[in-house]
Amino acid sequence: MSDQLTVSIGPHLKSRKTTKGIMWAVTLALVPAGAAGVYIFGPNALYAIAASVISAVATEARVLAVRKKDPGAIWDGSAALTGLLLAYNLPPGSPLWLPAAGSFFAIAVGKQVFGGLGHNIFNPALAGRAFLMISWPVYMTTWSAPRWAADAVSGATPLAIIKNKEFAAMHNASYWDLFVGNRGGCIGEVCVAALVIGAIYLFVRGYISWHIPLSYIATVALTSWIFNGHGGLFTGDALFFVMAGGLVLGAFFMATDYVTSPLAARGKIIFGVGCGLLTFVIRKFAGYPEGVSYSILIMNALTPLIDRYAFPKWFGWVRKK
Amino acid sequence: MSYKFYGGVHPACSKTLTNDRPVKKTFIPKKVILPLSQHTGLPAEPVVEAGEKVLVGQLIAKHSGYISSSVHASIGGKVSSISYSPTPSHPRALSIKIEAQDGEDQELITQKHPDISQLSKECLLSVIRDAGIVGLGGAAFPTYVKLSPPKGKSIDTVIINGAECEPYLTCDQRVMIEKAAEVLNGLEIIMKVGGARNAYIAIEDNKLSAAYAMERALEKSIVHSPQSTVKIVTLKTKYPQGAEKQVIKAITNREVPAGGLPADIGCVVQNVGTAFAIYEAVYLGKPLIERVVTLTGSAIKEPMNISVRIGTLISDLVGAAGGLKGQAAKVIVGGPMMGISQYTLDVPVVKGTSGVLFLSKADCPDYEESVCIRCGACLDACPMGLVPTTLMYLVKNGNYEAARDSGVANCFECGACSYECPAKIPLVDYMKFGKAKL
Repeated sequence: MSDQLTVSIGPHLKSRKTTKGIMWAVTLALVPAGAAGVYIFGPNALYAIAASVISAVATEARVLAVRKKDPGAIWDGSAALTGLLLAYNLPPGSPLWLPAAGSFFAIAVGKQVFGGLGHNIFNPALAGRAFLMISWPVYMTTWSAPRWAADAVSGATPLAIIKNKEFAAMHNASYWDLFVGNRGGCIGEVCVAALVIGAIYLFVRGYISWHIPLSYIATVALTSWIFNGHGGLFTGDALFFVMAGGLVLGAFFMATDYVTSPLAARGKIIFGVGCGLLTFVIRKFAGYPEGVSYSILIMNALTPLIDRYAFPKWFGWVRKK
Repeated sequence: MSYKFYGGVHPACSKTLTNDRPVKKTFIPKKVILPLSQHTGLPAEPVVEAGEKVLVGQLIAKHSGYISSSVHASIGGKVSSISYSPTPSHPRALSIKIEAQDGEDQELITQKHPDISQLSKECLLSVIRDAGIVGLGGAAFPTYVKLSPPKGKSIDTVIINGAECEPYLTCDQRVMIEKAAEVLNGLEIIMKVGGARNAYIAIEDNKLSAAYAMERALEKSIVHSPQSTVKIVTLKTKYPQGAEKQVIKAITNREVPAGGLPADIGCVVQNVGTAFAIYEAVYLGKPLIERVVTLTGSAIKEPMNISVRIGTLISDLVGAAGGLKGQAAKVIVGGPMMGISQYTLDVPVVKGTSGVLFLSKADCPDYEESVCIRCGACLDACPMGLVPTTLMYLVKNGNYEAARDSGVANCFECGACSYECPAKIPLVDYMKFGKAKL
């Protein structure tokens, strides 16, 4: 019988957690937000999501074939997740070639050029979004209001309205509207309630830690409260700035992307605070009304640097005298 | 009252197979293989020759050098050869083989030692050394070396390690339940030799029956006196709670400095089995010729805890446990986390063997390794605060200098990182390789 024994190095037990399982769990956690988006903006949102996911998976399959990698890797869920996240970052009324092109760029250039899963520097979905933003800015900023609103075509996002100092136009978007998604915005970012449900699921499963989302959101809330008010310091509407844009989607689902965020807890907090500060700076001073995606991309670039200096303390570490 | 250590993982305990099975009477084989190096340090030097007759408990190989340990005949009979044979950790190790003659009495005649309180520290230490006692938790470090701290260091705290954090194993738990008073006697000797005034008995909270047994024995024991305090501490069930540095941290909140020894912070940790062996050596004059081993896993008919003569072949033990059930995919000596999988059953139980696991394919499925997705699970799992994934890349690329600077030497190979990795990367293999390259 001894010729049938398996010899391997321990540990001989392994946890059940797998890469594939994590990817599909995140995808599952994003379903409520997508469903809410489709409910709010109508079937166009669903078509956009489908186009994005199909394009992402098809691109992944094609590039894997070209790179002579295992074609089965498309089922690890990472490509579908990228496509889904990209679609969530698009305006609901966009033509279908837009998400398709964005997903192609996200997978081919954002991910596979760097070496595929685990090696990309930038969050692929956000890289795809940045590409679309530069290439077709008009499509990317043509918002539609919820399908039941009167002016369903030109419904600007709450942050854009604030940016243009049309604050008066905003007073009818209550916190509740922001929370449930009764407002203009990207497909996946509008319904904060649905995003929070997904995020709680990921927390309970232990797939994301609190470090990045909490430090990110707290930084945005704090800076907005201090500097972003109309009546001087400490008059900003923190809750509004947390819920109005893509912050909740970004903080829970995109800044927490394993591959492109720091490894250690300390690094994650630095990353989150950095994202928060950049988001605030872009929202307040830059030409764009929203800064979540660019701030995450900038912090992605800094991740190797953060990892170099923010690592856990060794057990029994003593300062050399 | 217990502190936390950073990291750790929570594998399924799987201890219910054997945790309520009393230790079976000593299994006496017809033949034993006694490797000369069953411990950390230099191999022992044989003092018998092939063809010589030996008695149970007779010294057959003497410790050589400072860190070494003696080996005693575990059965009476004839030394058939001194030759190379496989052991659980080496494919070829010089071993003394003894074959028993029919009808020979295999009981060791032990005699009660007069009065322990009369024996000096040095005398006790030499008894422990001559009995060939090593750490029975698995590392098999010679106990007398551990109990004689380097000059300028003193020991104030003794920790009896009954954490037994490895899944499946229950031998320490059974020893605590069945031999609680003896373990306390052993502890008393350790405290006397080390000069310590505080002692703790560390038990994970999934073994409360053992904690209860120890508590009851402690009430009757004289070890707890105005001069010394002994406390039983239940620790959270978490792997590797029983690792030396982690158990010290969990109990005393002291951290052994990186690269240092427990003695640097005044602690010494001894496994419960070791404490029991010390008791036997000092009180009964019995050298280390047998130990409790857990035979378990879903591929063995009768999982059990059994007292086994050192040197017994695992193939003989399989017979004692009713044979195998179905197909064993892996036979592991030690626990499932740090144990060594075997390619043959003709290896002996050595002093450090705490269990033999017979796992079926379903218990240890093969996973396909995929690329690191930088999830950071290994950082959260590493009890030493290392960054296994970074070390893995450094070692993979042959960048051993950088791996050393990133602390690869601090890794004690618990395997928590490999356990937790969702990409199923054998991280601990890279750590081992990197350490070997330093």
